[in-house]
Amino acid sequence: MSTRSNFDNDLKELKDLLLKMASKSEAAIKEAMLALINQDLDKAKQVIEGDNEIDDMDYEINDKALLLIARQSPVASDLRKISVALKVSSEVERFADIAVNIAKSALHIGKEEHFKEIIDIPKMMEMALEMVSDSITAYYSEDIDLAKKCAEKDDDVDKMFGSLIQELLSYIPQNPKSTNQIIQLAFVCRYIERIADHSTNISEDVIYLVTGRRVNLNA
Amino acid sequence: MAATTLTRQVFEINNLNLWYGEHHALKGVNFPINKKEVTAIIGPSGCGKSTFIKTLNLMINTVSNVKMTGEINFNGKNILDEKVDLVELRKHVGMVFQKGNPFPQSIFDNVAYGPRIHGIKRKVHLDEIVTKALMDVALWDEVKDRLNSPALGLSGGQQQRLCIARALATKPDVLLMDEPTSALDPISTLKIEELILELKEKYTIVIVTHNMQQASRVSDKTAFFLMGELIELDETSKIFSAPRDSRTEGYITGRFG
Repeated sequence: MSTRSNFDNDLKELKDLLLKMASKSEAAIKEAMLALINQDLDKAKQVIEGDNEIDDMDYEINDKALLLIARQSPVASDLRKISVALKVSSEVERFADIAVNIAKSALHIGKEEHFKEIIDIPKMMEMALEMVSDSITAYYSEDIDLAKKCAEKDDDVDKMFGSLIQELLSYIPQNPKSTNQIIQLAFVCRYIERIADHSTNISEDVIYLVTGRRVNLNA
Repeated sequence: MAATTLTRQVFEINNLNLWYGEHHALKGVNFPINKKEVTAIIGPSGCGKSTFIKTLNLMINTVSNVKMTGEINFNGKNILDEKVDLVELRKHVGMVFQKGNPFPQSIFDNVAYGPRIHGIKRKVHLDEIVTKALMDVALWDEVKDRLNSPALGLSGGQQQRLCIARALATKPDVLLMDEPTSALDPISTLKIEELILELKEKYTIVIVTHNMQQASRVSDKTAFFLMGELIELDETSKIFSAPRDSRTEGYITGRFG
């Protein structure tokens, strides 16, 4: 038995709980997107209702982390593990909030027929979801290379966001009746862009966790 | 720049080696100690931290069969090389030990002991020194009405603060503290820690401690010793957030060995 096996178990538990929360948040984003594309209003409502559970997990992670700080007086890598868990938890909680925002946009659009087939937004979402998955895997496996690769993808998402917004707004003059729908879709693009930003933040946290150095990967 | 660096340093220890008989207890230690900073020394039992601190005022000379090589420059003079006046050296480099060890005398006489050795006889002058030293250690209010009472009647925490006052009475430049709170309750410990933070305005402090939280709370620099070697010396904030050496990390996170 190592000198701090109980503490090590507690740290592992914290990380596992965070991983569970991340997988729920990721699923919520996917469900919200499906609700939007398929105009499935019931699914959209389920995503909104499911957010409470993810919020509770965030509170639980915060409580556990604070208790570990109070009881174990962590330093060095132990302290970084706990402080990064708190930060990542808050980023992951934002993923779930964004899923709620997308679900709300789906409800705003409702059953109104799409003014055109939605093709590029799911593509942008795929890129962002890949970043979510990479950043969480990088956190779990403390993989700096994967964290850096993940952050590099943020530029592509940003570019796609810029061009999609322009394209969407250009449709308004020809489709004035769909203005609300187009604005909601522009919001969704913005939400997806935020998902990529939060993933980049997690990647920065991973680098701090492993090296103790703070970097800005979003420059 | 070099001149600034030199004037900031009170001690500059170069390639210090120390043997107890055959046992090589300090191995090639290089260690600058800056003015008006608190330097904490941590490490497992037997790592050489207490040995090291005792070299700084040559208290180590009281141990038989000790051999040293290298340099311990104090204010520019190598105290290993030259004929050092030990009384004078210890006037400038005071020491406080693990457990308060007042002399079996009155509170006043304990604090006045050092100044008297250094030739101060006038009552009015001694009164002034004793009052100031007791105020410096925040003990004055607790003892001002019983200065002639036996020091051994004080509580453990008060005795330790009295010993710090005794060390301060000779107006040292440096205060060495060898686990100064290990025998104290938590509140007395916090009082000493507060005191250390106040004293560093005027004094250079080197503290050996087993309590890592204490090192992180009170010190500017932290040094980690292991088996006679200085493994890492850095800003305390750096040592406790992201130390460079994996052995330091292992020790401070409690996963050593």
